[in-house]
Amino acid sequence: MNLASLGRTYTEKLGAAIIESIDGLGSVSRFGSKFFYWFLKPPFRINILMQQLYFIGNKSLFIICLAGGFTGMVMAYQVYFGFKLISVDSLVGPVVSITLARELGPVLTGLIVAGRAGAAMAAQIGTMKVTEQVDALEVMGIDSFQYLAVPRIIAGTICLPMLSTIFCLVGNVGSWLVGTKALMIDEAVYLNKLGEFMFMEDMIQGIIKAFVFGFIVAVIGTYFGFTVTKGAEGVGRGTNLAVVWGMISVLILDYFLTSFLVHIL
Amino acid sequence: MIDHIEDAIQINNLTKTFGPHTILNELDFNIAKGKITTILGFSGAGKSTLLKHILGLLHPTSGQIVVLGKDLATLTPMQLREFRRNFGMLFQYAALFDSRTAHGNVSFPLHEFTNLDEKQIDERVSELLLSVGINEEAFHRLPSELSGGMRKRVGLARALALSPQIMLYDEPTTGLDPITTKMVNDLIVETHEKNRGMTSIIISHDIKATLEISDFIAFLDRGSIVEYLPVSEFKKSTNPIVQEFLNL
Repeated sequence: MNLASLGRTYTEKLGAAIIESIDGLGSVSRFGSKFFYWFLKPPFRINILMQQLYFIGNKSLFIICLAGGFTGMVMAYQVYFGFKLISVDSLVGPVVSITLARELGPVLTGLIVAGRAGAAMAAQIGTMKVTEQVDALEVMGIDSFQYLAVPRIIAGTICLPMLSTIFCLVGNVGSWLVGTKALMIDEAVYLNKLGEFMFMEDMIQGIIKAFVFGFIVAVIGTYFGFTVTKGAEGVGRGTNLAVVWGMISVLILDYFLTSFLVHIL
Repeated sequence: MIDHIEDAIQINNLTKTFGPHTILNELDFNIAKGKITTILGFSGAGKSTLLKHILGLLHPTSGQIVVLGKDLATLTPMQLREFRRNFGMLFQYAALFDSRTAHGNVSFPLHEFTNLDEKQIDERVSELLLSVGINEEAFHRLPSELSGGMRKRVGLARALALSPQIMLYDEPTTGLDPITTKMVNDLIVETHEKNRGMTSIIISHDIKATLEISDFIAFLDRGSIVEYLPVSEFKKSTNPIVQEFLNL
């Protein structure tokens, strides 16, 4: 194969991948936009919503607390050793707290929920799809999107800001413990600086991000469930794609949301 | 082709294409009301696609489908969903909701579409499950705890919950042993006889069972109906494809 044809092959592959990505993005957007049509239409599936709130929210609490606590503790160490060099180690509390509130809380919570609940959504709906349970709903005259996707998307959108807030709270406790008990920062100074530099806007920014991430992760999880084909192998692939694209979306959206929110908050 | 006094379903010049592939090619036939009609054909002949068109889950590329006097193309998505309550369907593998018990599966459409109270629903579910041969000890078992034949029975009870006018069976005996196959076939006939006026449509490639339980047989081959006759005449068909199928 000469260089020109090799170049053409790679260009064709790249072009095909770009077209496929744009096509996929369009499909997910179209799928997500259906939510706005359906979520205010009765019947409201309160029972399914409660089940999903329990699954996404309550069942994620342990891993969120664990991740939040250790993230706060590690952050406190890292910030302390950097800040000590320039004698501002008293600012460990606010720096960790602001980082958790604005970035690490919503992003890490988004990644954890994408891995846990996003995958579960894709697997549950995908399995229902390949075993014709989704068709059974449609034949009964029940819109499968309204029945399966809407409660999950609402639950994801509600739960993620809550989980992110808990992540930040536990992270701050971890940071406070390490800062005041292991690194011997004066407790009064730690709390005083926290009150001085930490503002409500920091929390609001994180909550807005978490809200968007919750929506996106749930839309992607349910989308890959509904698009499953080809049996068990398809369910596996759908679940994998839901996790990968859920995480990628959280990371990319974080940049755009940050660049937007820093200007308005 | 057959002239009926009354048709449950009229299929007029139905064509369905997916990209360059023509799956259904100008199908033109009617399905008799109150009878058992089997749509027979080899795998990939377009049987399931036809079924999805009858249910309004797929839209024709061209042509018309009239079900119980309604042209499906004129119905809005919401009307179509409501209209589907006239159908009951037994899926190939029953398609029971795996998080619900047998009782939960049968009560599901009753909770969704009726105003019956819990006691009335419970009575109706018990009646339906007992009528298809599920005894009380299995009422609260999950689908994973039921045998293939029992799952089919529960699927049938669920399909009958809203007393449908048209009952669809998608490959009802695929993957079942001969005894369970006979049981399912008997159940189809019994259900049809119990529900007077109900139209039953079976999608199948099981020639033996089809000849035993059907009133009419339509043979679908590569997207076209090549033969559509009462069962007694179908056996005498001289169509070479039908002959090949009958002699398998």
